[in-house]
This record gives sequence, structure tokens and C-alpha cells, in this order.
Amino acid sequence: MHKVFSRPSSLKDKPFRYCPGCSHGVLHRIVGETIDLLGVRDRAIGIAPVGCAVFAYDYFNIDMIEVPHGRPPAIATGMKRSRPEAIVFSYQGDGDLAAIGTAEIVHAAARGENITVIFVNNGNYGMTGGQMAPTTLPGQKTTTTPGGRDVRLAGNPLRMCEMLATLDGPVYIERVSVDSPRNVQNATKAIQRAFKNQIEGRGFSFVEALSMCPTDWGLTPKQALEWVRNSMMKYYPLGVYKDIGSAQGVKGQERMGQV
Amino acid sequence: MPKVLITGNEALAEAAVRAGCRRYFGYPITPQNEIPEFMARRLPEIGGTFIQAESELAAINMVYGAAAVGERAMTSSSSPGISLMQEALSFMAASELPAVIVNMQRGGPGLGNISPSQADYFQAVKGGGHGDYKLLVYAPSTIQEIVDLTVLAFDKADEYRNPVMILGDGVLGQMMEPVELPDITPKTVDKPWALTGAKGRPGKVIRSLFMLPGEDGALERQNYKMKAKYDRMCEHEVLCEMVQTDDAEIVLVAFGTSARIAKTAVHLARVEGIKAGLIRPITLFPFPEKIIAEIAGRAERFLVVEMNLGQMVEDVRLAVNGKAPVAFYGRPGGAVLAVDDILSAIHNCVHGKEPEKIYTGSE
Repeated sequence: MHKVFSRPSSLKDKPFRYCPGCSHGVLHRIVGETIDLLGVRDRAIGIAPVGCAVFAYDYFNIDMIEVPHGRPPAIATGMKRSRPEAIVFSYQGDGDLAAIGTAEIVHAAARGENITVIFVNNGNYGMTGGQMAPTTLPGQKTTTTPGGRDVRLAGNPLRMCEMLATLDGPVYIERVSVDSPRNVQNATKAIQRAFKNQIEGRGFSFVEALSMCPTDWGLTPKQALEWVRNSMMKYYPLGVYKDIGSAQGVKGQERMGQV
Repeated sequence: MPKVLITGNEALAEAAVRAGCRRYFGYPITPQNEIPEFMARRLPEIGGTFIQAESELAAINMVYGAAAVGERAMTSSSSPGISLMQEALSFMAASELPAVIVNMQRGGPGLGNISPSQADYFQAVKGGGHGDYKLLVYAPSTIQEIVDLTVLAFDKADEYRNPVMILGDGVLGQMMEPVELPDITPKTVDKPWALTGAKGRPGKVIRSLFMLPGEDGALERQNYKMKAKYDRMCEHEVLCEMVQTDDAEIVLVAFGTSARIAKTAVHLARVEGIKAGLIRPITLFPFPEKIIAEIAGRAERFLVVEMNLGQMVEDVRLAVNGKAPVAFYGRPGGAVLAVDDILSAIHNCVHGKEPEKIYTGSE
């Protein structure tokens, strides 16, 4: 019999303990499949954030580290500059990357570090019980915006792809979603691209994935899908925000002495 | 070997390079800027990495990343910047990662000033971040000692898999002295725990979070494992200089820059016929408590001298454990001690009724 579907060797044979309907499982799988596909399991190093995905270290069967809240891009910088042959990626939620770790992601991007960043945006702090995140939509209810996010009091959401695309450092920035089979395929292509860029020494690649958190949103998984499509995608449009050609990317790496 | 005249900051940086440090990450702050400036010139020459980070938070986390892949890595800063690094130091100690952190202390609290100070003693030796952990802390008092202890710091960080701090101050960083820079082959240390990519093996994890299903008690066990390490440090790593303590009736205790000044005061007191001596802890953690306890059995009194409001004096009192009175003389806020003031403190200790209450700083 021909086997057509199996667990990627970059993932452990361990059931995910994420909530029903959570997108981390799908995204972990895409990252694991990508590492397998590109044949870099033997030199991949993953960085887990603080938040729900802190347990990523327990699911990936590659070298992993768990680090302080928001600092994965600085950790990745120290690793990649020390060991340029390593394929270093951070996997961060919105609190980790867009609130406490804003300085680290902006400056890693500005330096054009040759790393891959997977940014999982579910619009709230899942691990701690659904508080407001930097990406919580205007009017969205969370445990710390019980009347809905009032932008006059709680400020406005951050669009990280758009912000980072203003910088000269990154070579590739795309926002994807995993709400449908078609979008999962697109997300897979984007994540593959983000790893391939690093393997080819092109520079900083960033993929934001709109993600579901039915538990903390207080929605059924089906309602949560609708929220992603009808609310999140309006504020956070999917698409490529930056994609500079390979020639320019390689030039960027020469500048950093990494080629 | 010919001696070179060099500042403490530059001597420290060159010693780190000679000890095999090839990764330096830092953020500007006075009075230690000569270290990153030296590394920015020196490391690219020899295939190393220098990054001026966006903050001290980023700098120490870059060190963290470099350490996790098995490199000898260092950062340096001064008091406010070291405060910002405490989170990562707690994580690194918990994750058992080696690195060298330099604190060229300045006056505090707050932004304070840029004068030399010793007010970060508690932060350095008591575990400045959250949780139960310790750093191995070296307190050099000469530029030559900065060189020698920097080399030792890298070896001990690797040996114990723990961050090591070099606690200097603005005087030691800025002052020039002739030193011998050692021509050494850095120790190569096997690091089977380092993240190198899982070639032909299952993935490895470096972490400080212990709450997976079935991990009940794992964090407590990890804390005990770390304690065993700190106990080994206490057993084997104590370094201490003693000056004329054999017959001393009054024993001064001071570290770093204070100890240099106190040493002169001790000699002047001896000239006057006062039997004074000096204990100079070189490691602040582990603290030379056994040595102090032993001398407390025969000395009449102690005088602790620090450039702060009285921090190490608490550890001296614990070590003396009531066997002799322990007085304190110090000045906070970046004020440097004068030999004459320490000598006056010695006179008053010897003759005064309540010596520990007399000296609270200059008027």
C-alpha cells in the first residue's frame, strides 16, 4: 500500500494540547512539513515564545529553545550570527511579538537578520485567558476590554506586516490565514518561501498568520472562522507586503558578510 | 612578557578575546563604552561578531542565543543597563547557559550619575532577577586582576553552565595600569547540551519552563539541581585576599576599588601602631564566609568599607555571627572614599563606643 499522508519527522508523535479550533496545530504542521521538505531538520533551531505556543518545544522534533517574553528575534540574532549554517526561526504570538517584543522584531527586521519569523495573530492573549492584545480589533470584547476595545482609551491595533514593510531590512513579508483549505495551501507556500529565503541567504522573512482562538473569543470554531473572514481580514488584509527579488536579497546578505 | 598601559575596560575586552570570546552584544552606557568600542574594532578582525543592540534587553538575549548554540559570549553594561538584563539572567541561570556579564557600576539609584559606585552588590550576589538562582560574581581591584578574572570567568561559566558576572566600577573601567596580557589557548569545552541542529538524533530543548503533563515536581528538582551547583561553587570557587590579618585586632573588609583604598588605610594604621588587617573578597558569590568566621574568632572588631550605604556588611555580619562588633563606613551616590576618612573610621572604631553608628558618610 502506498502511504500518502504521515506525520512530518520534524514533529514529535505527540497529540497537540491546544484548544479545539486553535490554529497552532495547523501552523505547527506546516512548519514541520516545510522543514522536512527543504531537508533542513538537521540544522533547524526553533524559538518558542511566551504564550500558548511556548509548548512548541514539546511538539517539534528539532532543536528548540524557550526564551523570555518578546525576545525571540534577539535570541535568533545571537544564534544566527554565531552559527550562520543553522536555520533559525522564531514562532511568536501577537502579545510576544507586537506588544512586549516590538523593539526586538523591528530591529531584527531593520538589521535584515537572515532569519524566519512566524507570527501568529489571534487578536488576544490566549494563554492568560483572553486579555486584550496589540492586535485586538476596535470594539472587540476581551477580558480587559469588557465593553469592547475603545481605541480612545486602549489605543489602536498594530498592523505588523504593514509596519515592517516600511523598513529596508526585510526581504519578504506576507500575511496569510489558515481558515480554509485554499488559504492553508497559500500559508504553506508562504512559510516555505520564508524558510527558503533563509536557506539561500536572502535575509529577513516574516509570515503573519491570522489565527483562531474560539475558546477565548467565546465562539464556536465555526463562528470563529467567520470572525477571521469577516472581521480580522478586513482590518488585516491578506497578501504580500514585501518581496524583493533574490538579486537584491543576496546583496543585502553580502552587506552583512553572511554569504 | 612586556606590560602594556591600558584602561580597565579595554584590558577586559582584550582578555575576553584571548579567552575565546567571539560574540559580543552590547548597548552604550557610561562608564563602560570603551568595551563595546574596542569589540567593534577587534572582533571583526578575527571573524567574531559585534552587534550594537537596540537595548540592554536585546543585548543580553543575543548573548543568550549565542550561548545556547555553544559560543563563548559576553555583554557589558553599567548599573541601569544591568537592571534591564535581570530577566534574561534569571532565564539563563534557570536554563543553565554560560555567559560573562560585566557591570562597571555607576552611582544610583535611578539614572544616578556616572561616578564609580558599589551599590549593585545586592543585585549581583543575591540573584538580581526573579526566582532562586545565583551568579558567580568576581570583584577585581586592579586592571591586572580584571584581565585574569575575565579569562577565569569564561572558564567557570562553561564549567558550571551558569552566567558569571564581573563586578567592576567606573574607577576600574576608566583607570589605566600596566598589565600583562596572557598569551593563552582558550579552553575548549565539550557542550553536548548546545543546540546545533538535530542531525541524526532527536531534537534537544533548552528551557526554563517546567509544567508539561507528568512533570509534577520537576521545577523543584531543577532548583535543587541548581542549588547543588551553587554549593559546589561555595566549596571550590571562593577567592579572597588577606592582608595582615594574622595578628589584626581590627579587620577591614572591602572589595574592588574600596579595597584598594582600604589597603592604604590599613598600612597607615599599622604605621601608627594599630593592628589593622584587611579581608578582600575576590568572589562576592561565593562569599568567603568561612574565612571571615574563622578570623572573627580572634579579631576584636570588624570595619566594612563600601561605596554604598551598606550592602556587603550584611553578609559580613552573618559570617561574623555576633562574635565581634561589625562597623560600617561607606559613601553612596558615586562618592569615592578617601584614605583619611577610612583611617578616621579605624580610629573611631578602635576608641569609639558605638562605632557602627558613627560613620554615615561625609557631611
